[in-house]
Amino acid sequence: MERLDPRARSDIYGRRINRAPDPWRVRLVPYASIMLASVLPVLLIADTMPLLPSLGFLLLLAWRMVRPGLLPLWAGAPLGAFDDLVSGQPFGCAIFLWSLAMIAIELIETRFPWRGFWQDWFTASVMSVVYWLASLLFSGASLTPEMVGAAAPQALLAILLYPIITRIVAGLDRFRLARARTID
Amino acid sequence: MAPPSSRRAGFSKKAQFSLFTGYLLAGGGALLGAVLLALSLWQPEAFAPLRGVAGEVVAPVGSGTAVARSSGQGFFASIAAYFNAGAQNAELRRENELARIRLAEADAIAAENRRLKGLLGLRDGESKPVAVTRLVGSTATSGRRHAYIGAGSASGVQPGMPVLSERGVIGRVLETGRNSARVLLLTDSESVLPVRRATDNVIAFAEGRGDGLLRIRLVNLGVNPLKVGDMMVTSGAGGYYRPGVAVAVIAKITPDGGIARLVAEPGATNFVSVLPVHQAQAIAELEAPESVGDRPSPAPTSAASASAAVPPATAEE
Repeated sequence: MERLDPRARSDIYGRRINRAPDPWRVRLVPYASIMLASVLPVLLIADTMPLLPSLGFLLLLAWRMVRPGLLPLWAGAPLGAFDDLVSGQPFGCAIFLWSLAMIAIELIETRFPWRGFWQDWFTASVMSVVYWLASLLFSGASLTPEMVGAAAPQALLAILLYPIITRIVAGLDRFRLARARTID
Repeated sequence: MAPPSSRRAGFSKKAQFSLFTGYLLAGGGALLGAVLLALSLWQPEAFAPLRGVAGEVVAPVGSGTAVARSSGQGFFASIAAYFNAGAQNAELRRENELARIRLAEADAIAAENRRLKGLLGLRDGESKPVAVTRLVGSTATSGRRHAYIGAGSASGVQPGMPVLSERGVIGRVLETGRNSARVLLLTDSESVLPVRRATDNVIAFAEGRGDGLLRIRLVNLGVNPLKVGDMMVTSGAGGYYRPGVAVAVIAKITPDGGIARLVAEPGATNFVSVLPVHQAQAIAELEAPESVGDRPSPAPTSAASASAAVPPATAEE
């Protein structure tokens, strides 16, 4: 069978016979990717204006939308605490907002159980714009019109990045469930 | 797509309880976050040690990207120079720009010398930098403009110390970890710096606007003496900065001062030096009576309040 078609006994997660997903990978990939996304923007030098939307938050939204039920409802608090340590926002800002976001998505999901890509994009856009505004309000600085103007591209970028980030999350999900462990 | 069936509790008591616990934990997390947020807005330095630990982790990675960034800048600069008039041109232009800044600073020093001629024994020696390091990162997703440097309390860096590049002022150290420190950049909307015009004694405050420009607010209102292209340098008021370091160039005139562009852009900087606080003793004396009732805050507003030379209200008590 394999001689005819090498991929006859495999699917997108790899070969099926005597293989299983790695249990560590199954559990850790969502958290590790969100934390990595929180840290990555720190390496840029942004001296005049914020350069990127909060990638950690976008990844959290995408994981929640692409894989409902994978992240527990309370996952926003610990992940937000890590984001607060590196993001430059006052400590507690992301704990508060990410927890609220997780609860809000849960409520939206109970209200509209059948969702599609466009509705997900709309939900994520509204949430990331609200998050952007709330982060500015809670940043610890008095809000000036110039500050909002300089940060406006951030909100636009958050909306436009969502489809790309869901593709990245889908790729990470395939990596997460790939059958990497051999059962003897 | 429909949510997975595990989300629906049905008649299972266990599923109902776990769903309820999930909501309870999430609500508790949000509440905890709100309390912590209020606490850190009230006392911004409360969580500094925690952030210091996080900075330790980020700093080594950041120093790698800092090297890559500086070599990348060099690469693009030489390409640009080739298209203009050869690689040498860029280097010469950079030197010329530096020389122009130094010239303006020399003007400032000359003016200062004239002013101090009557005062005997009031001469400051050139202070040696505490540490020379790279900018390893910044808060690129936040509305605040903070940066990380790769030196901390292990090298003697303390909160309040000025951070300078070879062109001029970058900002001030806000919090320190062991091997990294957080710097408040001049462009942050909470940053206030006492400045004066390089050529004479027009004094003002340079406040960050949060969009990369500085608002220069004159202390003495009246006829606005500023002109486009004027160089503003540190006045040394407040005691944190050495007087006469380049800060910004006026780009636009407003009724109460002007809008200025930075001289030293952190994004185009390879190395920065951390200098000791210029008048540490005077600051300690100014803040000592304050610390009885209130903690001395490393916030930049303390420079402004100190420079106003008003003794703290608690001093009389």
